[in-house]
Amino acid sequence: MTQPLWLAILGMVVVTYGIRLSFLVFGHRLAFPPALQRALRYVPAAVLTALIVPMALAPQGDIDLSLANAYLPGTLVAGAVAFYSRQTLPAIVLGFIAYGVWRWLF
Amino acid sequence: MNPTRSALLAGVRDTVPMLVGAAPFGVIFGTLAIASGIPAWAVLALSALVFAGSSQFVAVSLIGGGAALPVIWLTTFVVNLRHALYSASLLPYVRDLPARWRWPLAFWLTDETYAVVEHHLRAHGTAQGGVWYWLGSSLAMYLNWQLWTVAGVLLGQSVPGLASLGLDFAMVATFAAIVAPQLRQYPVLAAALAAGAVALLARHLPYKLGLMLAALAGVGAGMLAERLAAGRTQEEQA
Repeated sequence: MTQPLWLAILGMVVVTYGIRLSFLVFGHRLAFPPALQRALRYVPAAVLTALIVPMALAPQGDIDLSLANAYLPGTLVAGAVAFYSRQTLPAIVLGFIAYGVWRWLF
Repeated sequence: MNPTRSALLAGVRDTVPMLVGAAPFGVIFGTLAIASGIPAWAVLALSALVFAGSSQFVAVSLIGGGAALPVIWLTTFVVNLRHALYSASLLPYVRDLPARWRWPLAFWLTDETYAVVEHHLRAHGTAQGGVWYWLGSSLAMYLNWQLWTVAGVLLGQSVPGLASLGLDFAMVATFAAIVAPQLRQYPVLAAALAAGAVALLARHLPYKLGLMLAALAGVGAGMLAERLAAGRTQEEQA
């Protein structure tokens, strides 16, 4: 685990509060470039997918496409339900059920 | 009722749907963080002091994976940078207010409060106690997030060995459920594919550096796809 933990959190506080303060408190001295504004639209999908893919395809470190890898079917079910229903919570629940059933079967 | 109080309560009331939406994420966050071995004080501190849900989730995954401090801070910066947009968009309404208003309102700025407050201020301005409305929405989101984090921490502590039950999978499922609906837009799909591929290839890099590379690749691919799509539309119109 990352150490020291309090330093990790302190840095996150400074970074996050700094961003939120930016314009509301120092706004008259700042400008937001339009290219950065467009780039920001892709950040959530890029960061979250970068976290999902290695966990789903290589949960133990090596790529595992065998039946023993329940992460993959679980992730696919969660993603598919969310894609078609646009509902987050049912997607998480059904993904979790798929994961559990898969682990029980194989 | 005095106008200040009614504006504050209106802010709370209009934020209720957001409170309901955030509740399960607060519980999942608290439970997951405990299951990944993060001490309770740190989990509560993340919610109370950082107060930015998606970056808290990402941080739990990074801290559990032994990421380097600069990677955690840089990822937090990238994930939360959209708040600068909200900060810029709301500035005109508080430009003339003293610092004792602007500093706390900035601390409580979230996706949810931004959506509710921006909508209200655009329609009504600040005339009818608009900043009290904003404060009401902020406080409601903040207290709600603390409450559900505590519930998640208690749940995580009362069921030991949640990680072995596959609770670590809940994080993957949560992220997948957030991302999947956005993949209808081709540039976002391109961003996700590039980020996922780079993350997989770079997964053995130390300190979770692969995450930063993947995020950069994803944003670059998204902007490139957006430009290509725009070029095609212009050709069709010509």
